[in-house]
Amino acid sequence: MAAGKNSTAAADTIAMRRTTAAAAVGEAQAEIGQTMLRRGRQSRFWWLVPTIYILFLMLPIYWLINMSFKTNTEILNTFSLWPENPTLRNYRVIFTDPAWYSGYINSIIYVVMNTVISVAAALPAAYAFSRYRFLGDKHLFFWLLTNRMAPPAVFALPFFQLYSAFGLIDTHIAVALAHCLFNVPLAVWILEGFMSGVPKEIDETAYIDGYSFPRFFVKIFMPLIASGIGVAAFFCFMFSWVELLLARTLTTTAAKPIAATMTRTVSASGLDWGVLAAAGVLTIIPGALVIWFVRNYIAKGFALGRV
Amino acid sequence: MKTWNNKAWFMVLPVLALVAFSAVIPLMTVVNYSVQDTFGNNVFFWAGTEWFEEVLASDRFWAAMGRNLAFSAIILAIEVPLGIFIALNMPRRGWGVPVCLVFMALPLLIPFNVVGTIWQVFGRIDIGLLGRGLYALGLDYNYVNDPIDAWVTIILMDVWHWTSLVVLLCYAGLVSIPDAYYQAAKIDGASRWAVFRYIQLPKMHRVLLIAILLRFMDSFMIYTEPFVLTGGGPGNTTTFLSIDLVKLAIGEFNLGEAAAMSIIYFLIILLMSWVFYTVMTNYGTEKG
Repeated sequence: MAAGKNSTAAADTIAMRRTTAAAAVGEAQAEIGQTMLRRGRQSRFWWLVPTIYILFLMLPIYWLINMSFKTNTEILNTFSLWPENPTLRNYRVIFTDPAWYSGYINSIIYVVMNTVISVAAALPAAYAFSRYRFLGDKHLFFWLLTNRMAPPAVFALPFFQLYSAFGLIDTHIAVALAHCLFNVPLAVWILEGFMSGVPKEIDETAYIDGYSFPRFFVKIFMPLIASGIGVAAFFCFMFSWVELLLARTLTTTAAKPIAATMTRTVSASGLDWGVLAAAGVLTIIPGALVIWFVRNYIAKGFALGRV
Repeated sequence: MKTWNNKAWFMVLPVLALVAFSAVIPLMTVVNYSVQDTFGNNVFFWAGTEWFEEVLASDRFWAAMGRNLAFSAIILAIEVPLGIFIALNMPRRGWGVPVCLVFMALPLLIPFNVVGTIWQVFGRIDIGLLGRGLYALGLDYNYVNDPIDAWVTIILMDVWHWTSLVVLLCYAGLVSIPDAYYQAAKIDGASRWAVFRYIQLPKMHRVLLIAILLRFMDSFMIYTEPFVLTGGGPGNTTTFLSIDLVKLAIGEFNLGEAAAMSIIYFLIILLMSWVFYTVMTNYGTEKG
């Protein structure tokens, strides 16, 4: 708000200085009415750029969806822009074959476990970082970031050995814990960003009113940063869902994620393209379903809560 | 002003325990391997810096590093200007905003290996729209056999996958500019370029820096997408650092060399993270 006022003042000064252009100002003001609708200066064809870009984004996805409704003979023998004999056979294969649908169940189990662990651990830590200064806080905050930036390839082998030693290989909790490597730092950073937006006076008022810390945190503070918790949970969910390297390294059969099931099908000869496409479409759905709710926070989430 | 309170450490403890388990212990294992050698049977002996010297002297490492740096440079050179351009042309109000946001963010939320699969299917000359299309245009396109085509496909895939991140970050910077700035510029008769150079670019400065750093780091550790699309081939022409590292560690089980390579790799990322951290935390003090 303050910035807006200042710049209006700036605009005024500029306008005043140019008394000779007073007529032009009137003209410009009339035009501003229109430009306010969209932006400062834009040609009439502004919509062309986003439209072309979105078409470019949607084309490969469309092709995948298109293929998922075709039979393998149609995929391989005829070239058609839409399925000529639409079939649900590929989806039926996935929903009836345990090797396929258990992949989805495994993925969802470890992703949810990871999201719960990450957010639960990150909440108090983010509060500490946003409210207090303590010995080594800055180093700790930085160290967390380095884990978010660490290449999973570096950790693949040591993880395998560590979890073997604990007998955790091929369990959901192993993947959930491994994904904490990058999701806990992410959750801490995002939550810290949201918490710093809550004025400290609220905490102090609550203490004066006789709230104990846990009660204050759950009853007053958490509702205030509810959207932040939602965004952090969403991004933990997403990054755990899209990661494959660690998930594949740590599982063999019992907890194998859907992504790994797909890779196996790709590498085997005699590919079932239709089923592969259908499996791909089904992995896009969770993201597509929740994207609407977080549309205004996507940039914030990817930039670790720093936009 | 934040208060000094060392008891806050107790709140950080769960995170610390979790990350120690999933980061510190594995990293110690890596360090351990990088300074030891074995003739099998789990008998290890001290090897000092031998593995590091070997990695730093190997052509294979530098070739993978070179490919990775070239890849990062190319995608940054394409995605950043393209992202800015698209962000500038996005609607600011009305129904177009959520539509653009939702559609543009969609590729960001697709599992990495599915991104690889989508492009594998899309680019194939027998069944893919892109492959068939280029073939129909008379181009001799085949990403499976031709290194240049493989590179073009991987870069196109990355542009498809991640340009939206640059767009969304720049857009977040752009919408924070009050309309009065544009009005002032209009009254001054500023050109489109001047508006961009003196109003929009300074406002996007910080988000752009974040976007560039994020894109650099993520492209520097890219693994799944090219692995699914080309498997590092044809030959070794698309073998990036991560792919090479996994090959070395799990494929060839060359633990010492893989560990030394991991550490060198990690140190580079650490340096970049430090730059990132400085940018992220110092900006607030500069100007909000």
